[in-house]
Amino acid sequence: MNNCINPNLPSGDVEGGWQKTIKNLTNIPSESKNKFQIIIVGCGLSGSSAAATLAEEGFKIKLITYHDSPRRAHSVSAQGGINAARSPEEERNKVVIDQLFKDTVIGGDFRAREASCQRLSEISSSIINQCVSQGVPFAREYDGTLATRRFGGAVVSRTFYARGQTGQQLLYGAYQALLRQVKLGNIELITKRDVLDLVIVNNVARGVITRNLVNGNLETHKANCVVLATGGYSNVYYLSTNSLKSNATAIWRAHKRGANFANPSFTQIHPTCIPPAGSYQSKLTLMSESLRNDGRIWLPKKINSQDDPENIPEHERDYFLERQYPKYGNLVPRDVASRRAKEICEKGFGIGFGGKGVYLDLKDSINKNGLKVIKAKYGNLLEMYERIVGEDPTKVPMKIYPAPHYTMGGLWVDYNLMSNIGGLFVLGEANYSVHGANRLGANALLQCLCDGYFISPKTITSWLANNKEIDNKKVDEACKEALNSVDKKIKVLLKIKGDKPVDYFHRTLGEIMISKCGISRNRKDLEFALEEVEKLNKNFKSNLKIPETNSGLNVELEKALRLEDFIELSKLMIKDAIEREESCGAHFREEYQTEEGEAKRNDDFFSHIAVWEFNSDNNSHIRYSEELNFKKIGLNTRNYK
Amino acid sequence: MKDFISIKFKVWRQDSYESRGSYEEFILERVSVNISLLEALDQLNEKLIIQNIRPITFDHDCREGICGSCGFLINGQPHGPKKATTTCQLYMRNFKDNALIILEPWRAQSFPIIQDLSVDRNALDKLIIAGGYFPTETGKAPDANLIPISPEKAFSSFETATCIGCGACVAGCKNASSSLFVAAKLAHLGQLPQGINGKKDRSRKMRKQMNIEGFGQCSNNLECEAVCPKEISADWISWMNKI
Ligand SMILES: Cc1cc2nc3c(=O)[nH]c(=O)nc-3n(C[C@H](O)[C@H](O)[C@H](O)COP(=O)(O)OP(=O)(O)OC[C@H]3O[C@@H](n4cnc5c(N)ncnc54)[C@H](O)[C@@H]3O)c2cc1C
Ligand code: SF4
Ligand code: FES
Repeated sequence: MNNCINPNLPSGDVEGGWQKTIKNLTNIPSESKNKFQIIIVGCGLSGSSAAATLAEEGFKIKLITYHDSPRRAHSVSAQGGINAARSPEEERNKVVIDQLFKDTVIGGDFRAREASCQRLSEISSSIINQCVSQGVPFAREYDGTLATRRFGGAVVSRTFYARGQTGQQLLYGAYQALLRQVKLGNIELITKRDVLDLVIVNNVARGVITRNLVNGNLETHKANCVVLATGGYSNVYYLSTNSLKSNATAIWRAHKRGANFANPSFTQIHPTCIPPAGSYQSKLTLMSESLRNDGRIWLPKKINSQDDPENIPEHERDYFLERQYPKYGNLVPRDVASRRAKEICEKGFGIGFGGKGVYLDLKDSINKNGLKVIKAKYGNLLEMYERIVGEDPTKVPMKIYPAPHYTMGGLWVDYNLMSNIGGLFVLGEANYSVHGANRLGANALLQCLCDGYFISPKTITSWLANNKEIDNKKVDEACKEALNSVDKKIKVLLKIKGDKPVDYFHRTLGEIMISKCGISRNRKDLEFALEEVEKLNKNFKSNLKIPETNSGLNVELEKALRLEDFIELSKLMIKDAIEREESCGAHFREEYQTEEGEAKRNDDFFSHIAVWEFNSDNNSHIRYSEELNFKKIGLNTRNYK
Repeated sequence: MKDFISIKFKVWRQDSYESRGSYEEFILERVSVNISLLEALDQLNEKLIIQNIRPITFDHDCREGICGSCGFLINGQPHGPKKATTTCQLYMRNFKDNALIILEPWRAQSFPIIQDLSVDRNALDKLIIAGGYFPTETGKAPDANLIPISPEKAFSSFETATCIGCGACVAGCKNASSSLFVAAKLAHLGQLPQGINGKKDRSRKMRKQMNIEGFGQCSNNLECEAVCPKEISADWISWMNKI
């Protein structure tokens, strides 16, 4: 273990650790807070909530995003809900907090810090209070209290929701709090800007370089500290459930300037998405997992079957999950369901475009419960499916296939959400914190809001209180250097003048990554993938075509800049997947499985967070590790057979 | 139905706000009926890029009908012919082989054109900035179950809160009024017990801002309701007028 990796965990018991930490944090008198400028990049749940809160406390905030309005951030598309541990009876509070804590740690397959998971669970209840006070219209019970539902395989009902649009409603709550601070003059909204580099002086973050997406100008923004809340990087796979513009550029640029990257290969693949329908497919739409409660998953027993599913008789159908997992059937965990679907499709049994699809059949449930019940339960979803696929899912079995959905990996942060670069805080999906090797359903929204409303405002304040000095001359020099380096990067891309559009290369990258560093992985394929990405990189750098434009607005250039970073990141993801010689959570290495084909974790060698440092001298990476200790909960393995 | 069709696009092209625009025509062949209109535009753009022609600019992001980024006039209709459907959720199977599809940006004084089909909808944010929120601050919230809210109330508030800020209601209105957008926000907040007190104040501030941003007056044509992809009812405009 490398001793420069210090997670700054609270000492003593896991429980109450956060309260103890808060006591030791330094505050700043309210009237002096407006002397500090904070840059926040990203207006999703984590960025918006942090910006609103820090502005309410009196700091001066610049919020930067590529969207035209903060309301458009990717968080808006989260559907299912947000977890919170709260009980009407006070004495039961500890029990429900422990339960959420335990499920988070076990869900992450013991690859996250206990102390952070405990804090998440302890804070969760106040998040719900906060959101309700902003006007988030959560679903209610008949007595007027908040309703909850079971989500993502949880045994307890603790997921709060606003129909299938929870992310949207939570985001609008934060967005409104944010715009209130814009009105009060505490936040400057800087929209339609891509952050393309960071300004770092003596290992402290002091600003960012942006490109104005309308006129193409490069700009520098200086600050006392920088917060990255820029979301996940599932779009490395080209096709994913993420919004099309979600990207890794800000965190990757930070990484190349010295911020360490943690567990880059940990990605979650969601089993129930609508499969691609053709070669111009641009994204994959998530269908709520709850459908697995009423849908039976099957494939024809005949290889390469082209028959209409309605005409395939019962005895020619293979309900493969029910066959392989008699106890859990169609409700096995996300990663198991995804892996089994991939395996059987690769053997040639898959259906639909490219043979990448399985049926999810609601027929038996409709026969048993009636069409009305099923429609009431899934109304919106079924309509959405019909709009996209053009088939009525109550008559024809739905087609589904796994798709990249969420990245647990991200920039390494300590318990205070600060990276190894001073004053560079990282929030939400962009950091590596509580989700370990696999995220529990409905925990992402919770983490974003914990980070933004309750954790980072305190830890950022304390850091600022202790780091007041700025060397302005050095900052100006660093700004100039960073601006020039971005300018150079852009000129190189524009000069290539090849003959293939950006998307051509992005699609190819996606194919390599999903087939070799996706649902399941093995050393041979991963090593081959590394070579393929290398080839793709060369091809991209010599054959890219960005058409000429008369104005600064250049969407192809925006995409090329993002893809360049995705290509570099994909190589680190592959390396990380090679080095982690175990199967854990969503990371399944085919070499490490039990005889029954279940994941085999290796706690002796891999009970740690892999921390990758970029070495700019020779353009290489060094792998360090942060050991994980489990004090409150014993290491154990799951069993779904 | 054929699996692949041919489409004739007639698209508004304009380099910038200052420059003059005009229509340009493109024929696109082998369009799968199973892709979305935006994906067909991606396909067309790839062709243009290879010919060193500037691709068509349009806004989009989530491509699943929730972020509110997408939107332009499709054969004269905001978000196109399908009810309760955003532009990104419109699929090519809704068009016939050899169909002519005319694409134009939202046309409204408050939405200046940025390029081609992309317009600046910042004015909608300005309406919210004027007063579309509660004055609560982080960490000061009471227990969420302190004030019970009936499921019907919560749901009715939720329905108005689903407005995605796409601006179709403005684009569809001959007066370019933003009344539906504002009414939706006022109804979302004003129906909740937390929001009863500030109801009048919010309404006054947001409606004043509508004038400042140059949105027109509502003359009850109900076009807004017809084009709203989230089916927000124009009854909320009357509700707003009674505040
Ligand atoms: C379809 C779907 C459904 C989901 N459902 C659930 C659910 O039910 N429950 C749950 O808990 N989680 C869910 N998730 C996960 C959850 O939505 C995300 O993890 C979470 O919203 C991420 O929020 P964020 O604040 O980290 O970032 P995001 O919301 O992704 O925001 C990132 C922001 O950063 C900005 N940005 C990024 N890079 C740059 C740059 N270089 N320059 C300028 N700005 C930049 C963007 O403008 C954007 O605003 C779902 C995810 C998907 C895809
Ligand atoms: S009211 Fe409807 S049409 Fe108007 S902005 Fe909202 S969602 Fe769009
Ligand atoms: S692209 Fe998000 S609503 Fe259409």
